Amino acid sequence: MKPIIIDRLSISFGPIRVLHDVSFDVTAGECFGLVGESGSGKSTILRCASMLTDIWDGTVRIGEHDVRKMPVAERCRTVQMVFQDPYGSLHPRHSIRTALDEGLRINGFDDREARLAQAMRDVGLPVEFLDRYPHQLSGGQRQRVAIARALILEPDVLFLDEPTSALDVSVQAEVLNLLVRLQQEKGFTYLMVSHDLAVVDHMCDRFAIMQHGRIVEVLDRDAITGGGATQPYAKQLIDASLEYERAI
Amino acid sequence: MDPVLDIQRLSIRYAGAPAPAVRDVSFTLGRERLGIVGESGSGKSTVGRAIMRLLDTAEITADRMQFEEVDLLNAPERKMLDVRGKRMSMILQDPKFSLNPIQRCGHQIAEAYRTHVRCSKSEARARAIAMLEQVHIRDPERVYDLYPHEVSGGMGQRVMIAMMLLTDPDLVIADEPTSALDVTVRLQVLRILDGLVRDKGIGLIMISHDLNLVRAFCDRVLIMYAGRVVEALDARDLDNAQHPYSRGLLAAQPRIGGTREPLPVLARQDSWLEPLEAQA
Ligand SMILES: Nc1ncnc2c1ncn2[C@@H]1O[C@H](COP(=O)(O)OP(=O)(O)OP(=O)(O)O)[C@@H](O)[C@H]1O
Ligand SMILES: Nc1ncnc2c1ncn2[C@@H]1O[C@H](COP(=O)(O)OP(=O)(O)OP(=O)(O)O)[C@@H](O)[C@H]1O
Ligand SMILES: [Mg+2]
Ligand SMILES: [Mg+2]
Repeated sequence: MKPIIIDRLSISFGPIRVLHDVSFDVTAGECFGLVGESGSGKSTILRCASMLTDIWDGTVRIGEHDVRKMPVAERCRTVQMVFQDPYGSLHPRHSIRTALDEGLRINGFDDREARLAQAMRDVGLPVEFLDRYPHQLSGGQRQRVAIARALILEPDVLFLDEPTSALDVSVQAEVLNLLVRLQQEKGFTYLMVSHDLAVVDHMCDRFAIMQHGRIVEVLDRDAITGGGATQPYAKQLIDASLEYERAI
Repeated sequence: MDPVLDIQRLSIRYAGAPAPAVRDVSFTLGRERLGIVGESGSGKSTVGRAIMRLLDTAEITADRMQFEEVDLLNAPERKMLDVRGKRMSMILQDPKFSLNPIQRCGHQIAEAYRTHVRCSKSEARARAIAMLEQVHIRDPERVYDLYPHEVSGGMGQRVMIAMMLLTDPDLVIADEPTSALDVTVRLQVLRILDGLVRDKGIGLIMISHDLNLVRAFCDRVLIMYAGRVVEALDARDLDNAQHPYSRGLLAAQPRIGGTREPLPVLARQDSWLEPLEAQA
């Protein structure tokens, strides 16, 4: 089990500062949520922490190690990411089998065929879909392939960017149950972005609320129903979500 | 009033697929908000793409597929070029994939406008920026100049919506248009779509996994499972849906303040392939 420690993470694109000194810790084995305004920088935090970009300042540690200093192969086995936008993250001319097998091969896993089949079953897809291409799948099926690709490498830490927003609630339930089971069995640590506070409430122990590239407040799950938020934007977001669930 | 869209017994089989992705789907759409919910892979986007005539290699059969005076089964592609994007618009499910990766977002909106309306480049730019503002993008001038990979998920969705708003369609098919938006912005965008139905009298098909949204925002709902419409009902009655798939779907929704026990999952059964009337 590995904790995540993010300390004064900042990034700018040209003259625009997108993250301002973002700091928070995720305990080993915890599920930590990131919620907030569209465009506030949630995906950018995940992209920085997984070194998809390295033009940021600050430090990110996973377990004992600074992510900047981890060799690529080790980083791959430690952290996997499920992207918000599964189409963009799957190569259009690679079959699903190729997409899933690549990581297994590079990281020297044995029993690859059995692992591929199990990964498909875990996310509720027929094993035959291994031979399809991304454009032959529905939006939610692609998202499940992206989840399978991350899980198959058995990383310690998973960054999940809106992992279930493209799924109907029945498939979402299966994926969330799977994530909870893996967390219990294998001690995965999750950092999960979501716009759905019901999902955050179901999955996360704590969560951070973001606006304009800053963390506004870090709250316990109970703060959603218990009125525990103190910052104006945090209160507003929680109230709007409660209202939305009752009847938009 | 005549319906905007009349679809009877639509079936669609992708080239090389062993079974149809959509079977015997029938519905009519007036100047209203019709929700389509259902299982991932059940054929919702496929129905939308067939109406837009975006499936050239799939085998499509129907007793009737009528959009206003256009017979969608037989209209030549020449006619469709006049209709698609102008009189009917689809907001696609994967915004970033649907946008051209090597052109700035704002430029794409402006160009889309110029294919429909004759105007100068600077006029098109001004319209595009105004539209970005209307969909509540902060700092529309900056976002105009960003490439698709530089905008956030929710900004990409709003770029797609802005593009649609610049035209003046009678039918809008919105495929998961708000899934990446926070609740506050989502409500603002829904209000815009609502305005189109109320003020301009468009027909709106809203494909969504968000049951709260469909219940409160739509007039009617179709529930799809394995390529079929298994149940159709008034949106406000969604919680009283009867089909076993619909019941399972409603039960699987997590709730704020819920128990955190494992969520109920579906035990899918072959008999679910029958629509509600045949269940009993
Ligand atoms: N490569 C880039 N170049 C310029 N701006 C960028 C780039 N990447 C991100 N941004 C900007 O950073 C901001 C934060 O984007 P980010 O994708 O992190 O938002 P988000 O919180 O994930 O939003 P959403 O909920 O809509 O997905 C946005 O204003 C975006 O335009
Ligand atoms: N080009 C294609 N070739 C073969 N099969 C396809 C193709 N495109 C989609 N399919 C299949 O058709 C079925 C219906 O897909 P569709 O995209 O319509 O589902 P959907 O209801 O929109 O699902 P989601 O909610 O996950 O987006 C799926 O099983 C999908 O795998
Ligand atoms: Mg994002
Ligand atoms: Mg779809």
